[in-house]
Amino acid sequence: MNLTRGMRRLAALSSLIGMTVLLSGCMDKFYVLDPKGPVGRHQLDLIIISTLLCLVVIVPVLILTFVFAWKYRNRKDSKAAYQPEWEHSTKLEMTWWGIPILIIIILAVITASYTYKLEPSKPLEHPAKPITIQVTSLDWKWFFIYPEQGIATVNYIQFPADVPVKFELTSDAPMNSFWIPQLGGQIYTMSGMAMNLNLIADKPGTYFGTAANFSGKDFGKMTFDAIATTQAEFDKWVQTVKQSAPPLTQDGYDKLAEPGTMGTQDYSSVPEGLFEKIVTKYTGPNGHQHVHKVEENLPVNQDGGGEAPESSAHHHH
Amino acid sequence: MAHMGAHAHSHDEHHDLESMRLMGFWIFLITDCILFGTLFATYIVLHGNTAGGPTASELFEMPGVIAETFILLTSSFTSGLAVLSMNQGNRKGLIGWLVVTALLGASFIALELTEFVKLVHEGATISTSGFLSGFYVLVGTHGLHVSLGLVWMTALMIQLGRRGITNVTRRKVNVISLYWHFLDVVWIFVFTIVYLMGVM
Amino acid sequence: MLDQIKEFASGFFVTGDPLIYGADVAIAMTMIAVVSVLTYFKKWTWLWREWLTTVDHKRIGIMYVIASLLMLFRGGVDALLMRLQLAVPNNDFLTPEHYNAIFTTHGVIMILFMAMPLMFGLFNLVVPLQIGARDVAFPFLNSLSFWLFFFGAMLFNVSFVIGGSPDAGWLSYPPLSGKAFSPGVGQDFYIWGIQISGIGSLATGINFVVTILKMRAPGMKLFKMPMFTWSVLSSSLTILLAFPILTVTIALLFIDRYFGAHFFTLDGGGNPMMYINLIWMWGHPEVYIVVLPAFGIFSEIVATFSRKRLFGYASMVFALMSIAVFSFTTWAHHFFTMGSGADVNAFFAITTMAIAIPTGVKVFNWLFTMYRGRISFPTPMMWTMGFIPCFIVGGMTGVMLSVAPADFQFHNSYFLIAHFHQVLIGGVAFGYFAGLYYWWPKVFGFKLNEKIGKWAFWLWNIGFYVCFMPQYALGLMGMTRRMSTYGWDRGWWELNLTSTIGGFLMGIGFLFQVWQILHSIKFMEKDTTGDPWDARTLEWSIPSPAPHYNFATIPVVDSKDAWWEEKQRLVQGEAPKPKPPLEPIHMPKNSGIPFIMGFCWFVAGFGLVFDWLWMAIPGLLGVAGCMLAHSFNYNTDYYIPVDEIKATEAAARRSV
Repeated sequence: MNLTRGMRRLAALSSLIGMTVLLSGCMDKFYVLDPKGPVGRHQLDLIIISTLLCLVVIVPVLILTFVFAWKYRNRKDSKAAYQPEWEHSTKLEMTWWGIPILIIIILAVITASYTYKLEPSKPLEHPAKPITIQVTSLDWKWFFIYPEQGIATVNYIQFPADVPVKFELTSDAPMNSFWIPQLGGQIYTMSGMAMNLNLIADKPGTYFGTAANFSGKDFGKMTFDAIATTQAEFDKWVQTVKQSAPPLTQDGYDKLAEPGTMGTQDYSSVPEGLFEKIVTKYTGPNGHQHVHKVEENLPVNQDGGGEAPESSAHHHH
Repeated sequence: MAHMGAHAHSHDEHHDLESMRLMGFWIFLITDCILFGTLFATYIVLHGNTAGGPTASELFEMPGVIAETFILLTSSFTSGLAVLSMNQGNRKGLIGWLVVTALLGASFIALELTEFVKLVHEGATISTSGFLSGFYVLVGTHGLHVSLGLVWMTALMIQLGRRGITNVTRRKVNVISLYWHFLDVVWIFVFTIVYLMGVM
Repeated sequence: MLDQIKEFASGFFVTGDPLIYGADVAIAMTMIAVVSVLTYFKKWTWLWREWLTTVDHKRIGIMYVIASLLMLFRGGVDALLMRLQLAVPNNDFLTPEHYNAIFTTHGVIMILFMAMPLMFGLFNLVVPLQIGARDVAFPFLNSLSFWLFFFGAMLFNVSFVIGGSPDAGWLSYPPLSGKAFSPGVGQDFYIWGIQISGIGSLATGINFVVTILKMRAPGMKLFKMPMFTWSVLSSSLTILLAFPILTVTIALLFIDRYFGAHFFTLDGGGNPMMYINLIWMWGHPEVYIVVLPAFGIFSEIVATFSRKRLFGYASMVFALMSIAVFSFTTWAHHFFTMGSGADVNAFFAITTMAIAIPTGVKVFNWLFTMYRGRISFPTPMMWTMGFIPCFIVGGMTGVMLSVAPADFQFHNSYFLIAHFHQVLIGGVAFGYFAGLYYWWPKVFGFKLNEKIGKWAFWLWNIGFYVCFMPQYALGLMGMTRRMSTYGWDRGWWELNLTSTIGGFLMGIGFLFQVWQILHSIKFMEKDTTGDPWDARTLEWSIPSPAPHYNFATIPVVDSKDAWWEEKQRLVQGEAPKPKPPLEPIHMPKNSGIPFIMGFCWFVAGFGLVFDWLWMAIPGLLGVAGCMLAHSFNYNTDYYIPVDEIKATEAAARRSV
């Protein structure tokens, strides 16, 4: 499956969108077809393989459609054969059950192996130590925490190129989806859980990032830049943020989480355990103990549980 | 002549019509199975999500539930006796057994409502937790089915009183008895999955 | 007092948007016009007797078709408004709130209030005639299904001017659709509009399964049924298994919103992912529910206009049924990106691809029906020929989307939008249009104008590709669905503008279709043959429009293309089969109960939307009352005497 870069481009160009791409002629805007990291590249390989496999059936069918429609069109002097009673041929039908089954088996095998290989929560093989960025989708902005650096940003991220980035994703609003097409595919951000997405940018550059799952009014404004730099530039950027940006307090976060849009923002510090707090906001790790039963010293339910004040209100009686 | 012919023909046709309606009801029951299946699935997904509220084993009191089960099973049996009476052409027996079935059904509902009221007074409401939401909706949907069945059975008893056993009323009795047995089977699942597995 | 009324009204009616004021005026004027026309021509009794209370499948079918075309108009206007908004970057033609409401109603209306009723319309118009039956199995229930759909659709559409439209997407994912994030009444309109019409859909599914299994003409074994009837059977079976899931899911969403339960909430132990699973366990089969009958339509049309038997009948049946079964095993491909893990994703990727196999087989069989045929190309056949390339390309992008890791790059982008519009417009809409053109003369007794029809066909077809091919490209450029606007710097606007132009071409195509219908009503000659396409199945053996008892004598069938075979025998000089003597025909009586019950549901639904129990409870009591009234009514049928049948048949210029 190691297609060369040129092949990949060519296949993508000719098969996927053909004319449209040629006409508009700005290949670099086709982010999915122009990956800048290994994950996106593997995904493009798969896209091309599946396209080509499908074309094995699609092209002959398209040709047959036009040939048959033309050749057997009704006209007075038609010399084409006419067999109005012919309705069955085991051989032919075996062929067109068989070929699609074969193609789908091939595609299924490839897909299954890639599904395990590209499982987004799996760490990427790379000599460098990964950097972690904790992503929270809010109404209607992206909030990023750098736990190792102790800083945070809104609506943009910066990270070193050629270093794996482990994104931990959650939401403090209706679910969303986190997508940087040139680096690789998206994963949902959902409240009450932290999901993982591992990506790498090969080279420094500014990559387009976007929200991909509708989350209400200003969902359309939730795009962001993902800026990959050299390690040195990244370290310098962290220093600058630490020195010049304001700190983020819990109150500051609560304000930030209120519905609304904003530009970019840096924070020099983050309240201790903020991300974990966001993740467990609705389903506390210790479980909210049932007041009534605790008083009677009965065994306490450990699973589930909720911190939400409105649900606890019902337990007092 | 033509009239006579039409008459004979119409008997056949009515018979077909009634058997078709019975089949339609069987198919409706399939859809109802899926409805309950979906509710069971949501209950199973949510049954551990007590959100700090009471759990199944803390809430359920089996004696009442066993009584409910016994009553509903008996009512299923008496609805079968009603059909037997009908097949013997015994209208009085038919209506009598339907009355017994309906009374048993009503006492089942009364017991269930008592249980619900008690739970709510203990603070276990539908909005307490995912588990209780699933519980009330699953058990309540079954209860709603039984209650609708009671109204329907009452209407049928009046029709039987007025019209006696005809092709149409015969089919209606068959249908409601089918429905009643179906609700019985659903209740066995409720009893096992919600109550038995809840207290175990 | 006046202030109170003013305050109430400003919350009750949707205000503040000139577009909506314009629509208000248009709706009010249309209603006044309808009422005046009916009153002036003294048509109220006619409307009630002949239409609102009818249990005749043919009339119910016509009402379904009219309602769905109106809904196509509304859904289409929504689509064009969206396309206008996206035509240029940073556009403020629509506010984000308005845009969100419009894409939500567009989706709901097109699938549930356009495709479904148009499909049911075709079921009703064709199936009983095709199997040699006098009506469906349960005519009363059939009428009830229609009125539940109608009042459900009305309730949903009322949200446009009263209370506010839903705006959480066509499948209304929680937590966004929950009370916490959508406190308005829009979601409640969504819930009750869908719930009420959904019950009707379920009943229609039951009705057609029994009709097809029990009411076929003598001799019509299952494997002698016309392919459209097979497709209706597979679609109806799918409805039976899928729609209860929708009913439950939407009910639970309502219970969450109304009673504060915790099925899908974030807090209190709710699980929003469960909703997404449940809604797609219905939603994916739903897509096949609407496309399977389209496959049936194409099968009829290809055979008729190739003047040849349908190729690979058994394969076709097997393919329909296996698609129906597989449709229940693929739902999770709608959320590969939810992090379910590689095992789950691989499983659902493969089951999804597998559906391509029977679908592909169907295409080959259509092609080989054309092979060595004598193909003519009137409008029904043109739509079929437009369908094949469109659908296979849409199918191909579907297989691409099913490759789970690749889907991470396609999901929720315009690539996905282009894909499902290609299968839904290219497959479903083209299919239903083909069916409408094909069976129109059977229903109304005259063909639709071919010349205007061809204009409409080309506008739709060219418009389709101009609209949706750029959207594939936009998806690969990172444009995600449901974005209400975008900036100049993305490089998206040329393609978006192209797409908008394509959308308007399809809109003009629709106008041509309206013109075509009006023009044909006025100018087209009556078809006296009952069989204007020289077709193959039983519906063409009776006069057009069919008499209200359909068949004066029930035909006896001994082959697949029953009517074609009979015509062949006549050509070869064999004597026509002797017909049994006429007998009085047993027919169901009209009933006003379905209409009243639908209206009561509307009242109950409206009351529940606004949490007005004083309105909801009487509405629900009305529903119960209607059911009881029906149960106590034993006077439900009558006989058509032989003389009347003779007169009707003679009037249709047929000897008896």
